[in-house]
Amino acid sequence: MQEALRFLASDAETVDCADFIEQARQVGRGSEAPSCGLSLIIRGLRKSFGDNEVLRGIDLHIPAGQFVAIVGRSGCGKSTLLRLIAGLETIDAGTISFGAETRPEDIRVMFQEPRLLPWARVLSNVEVGLGRDRASSDAQIRAEKALIEVGLDDKRGQWPAVLSGGQKQRVALARALVSRPRVLAFDEPLGALDALTRISMQRLLERVWDDQAFTAILVTHDVSEAIALADRILVIEDGRVAHDVAVDIPRPRERGSADLAALEGSILRQLLKTADNP
Amino acid sequence: MSLIESLPRVRSLRWPRADGLIPWIVPLTIVLIWQIACVTGFVSARVLPAPSDVALAGWKLLLSGELARNIWVSFWRASVGFLIGGSIGFAFGLANGLSQLSSKLTDTTLQMVRNIPHLALIPLVILWFGIDESAKLFLVALGVFFPIYLNTLHGIRTVDPQLIEMGRIYGMTDGELFRRVIFPGALPSIFVGLRFALGIMWLTLIVAETIAASSGLGYMAMQAREFMLIDVVVLSILIYALLGKLADSASRALERLTLSWHPAFQK
Repeated sequence: MQEALRFLASDAETVDCADFIEQARQVGRGSEAPSCGLSLIIRGLRKSFGDNEVLRGIDLHIPAGQFVAIVGRSGCGKSTLLRLIAGLETIDAGTISFGAETRPEDIRVMFQEPRLLPWARVLSNVEVGLGRDRASSDAQIRAEKALIEVGLDDKRGQWPAVLSGGQKQRVALARALVSRPRVLAFDEPLGALDALTRISMQRLLERVWDDQAFTAILVTHDVSEAIALADRILVIEDGRVAHDVAVDIPRPRERGSADLAALEGSILRQLLKTADNP
Repeated sequence: MSLIESLPRVRSLRWPRADGLIPWIVPLTIVLIWQIACVTGFVSARVLPAPSDVALAGWKLLLSGELARNIWVSFWRASVGFLIGGSIGFAFGLANGLSQLSSKLTDTTLQMVRNIPHLALIPLVILWFGIDESAKLFLVALGVFFPIYLNTLHGIRTVDPQLIEMGRIYGMTDGELFRRVIFPGALPSIFVGLRFALGIMWLTLIVAETIAASSGLGYMAMQAREFMLIDVVVLSILIYALLGKLADSASRALERLTLSWHPAFQK
């Protein structure tokens, strides 16, 4: 049964992506690398809460399929930027545009808290992620596929209350992945996990991103996590992009290696410099 | 060897049955001591009849059909009053929990009415309805209304806003959001209201039947007092205890059935 599902999973994946590449060719972007992700263009983005101006003009281009990490001190506006991208807040000024024909199911968010429905079993929690396709006949098969991807297919009939913190977060990841999003935004998704679980979750995130080629936007306060995962790191200070650093270290990245440590040191210095001179 | 193998099986067979008996040890002991105290003359039969006498009185009333009729009348009043008051309370709780406008419009008024002890309305209710069925139903419904209303409202207001946001992100319609997030989230609190309401339901009914009725358990007890039938008085009180326990067990069973996801209800 599991073998069959695994086979189904890999099969449907290739079909999905092939479809998308076909579509991309028809629109005339055949020369681009095959990707299921969406590119993101942000222009002059501003947001205030009352008198407090949180974002003061963000201009950003994120190519399709890129893994971007957004770091910054608390209160710098990084979470607000993510919530605006995910459509959870209204924009005061400026624009955020994705590629053409973006459906709501194309953009998904994963939060620090798993936000699972405690009264729904693991499998139906994942089905929630299908959005309007919840009622379709293949909903259960798709949800099972997503659970296999995060390695929790044996927990499908459990209540969320009996899962560990890391397992809950993996169910939340499966729920976010089940609709095959083209942009996946993470708001400190591993912030509440212990150190070892964090590392295995980071590997899982990297693997699914590699498999599915969505555009990933990770908000985190943990610079080493950002460096381990991202292609590019944006440092936000006072509501603006202060630094835009490319991470050219080949994957898989070995945690604790000298390259990573050197880059981490330089980014931390940049963050601390402004902290010391307000 | 075979003895050792069979040991754990014997244990697992015996324990569940013993577990079910434990809650009954205390009431049975009390009845036993009570019987002994009466038989030995330590307690006079005019103060408290022996359990055997109470059982005998019950048996006689059962044979005459009077007991079944009175229990049925009381049960009917309790459940119909509960259904009326409970559904109105639930409806107001939903409306005020989900709609700001409705809450602003009615909550203040309801809170004012809530602070009137509903049994204080008995004289007025007798003037309005006389002593027929509607008087009892009105009082029970009024008493049951508030615990259901308050706990439904509280349950809906305290549903985790992060879950509601999650539901909206994942494209749930208002109906789905209610069915899949808000209502299940409010359910534990609604059950608390339900159990409070069951207690108030019996209390109200007893008082109403003792003061103004021509049938029912409360009436049976008052009649028995007139004729100094102390065994029947005690019998009515015991039946109230039994019915109360029955209603509580029913609501607990319903709770276990619908809240099986809740850590508190998992084995």
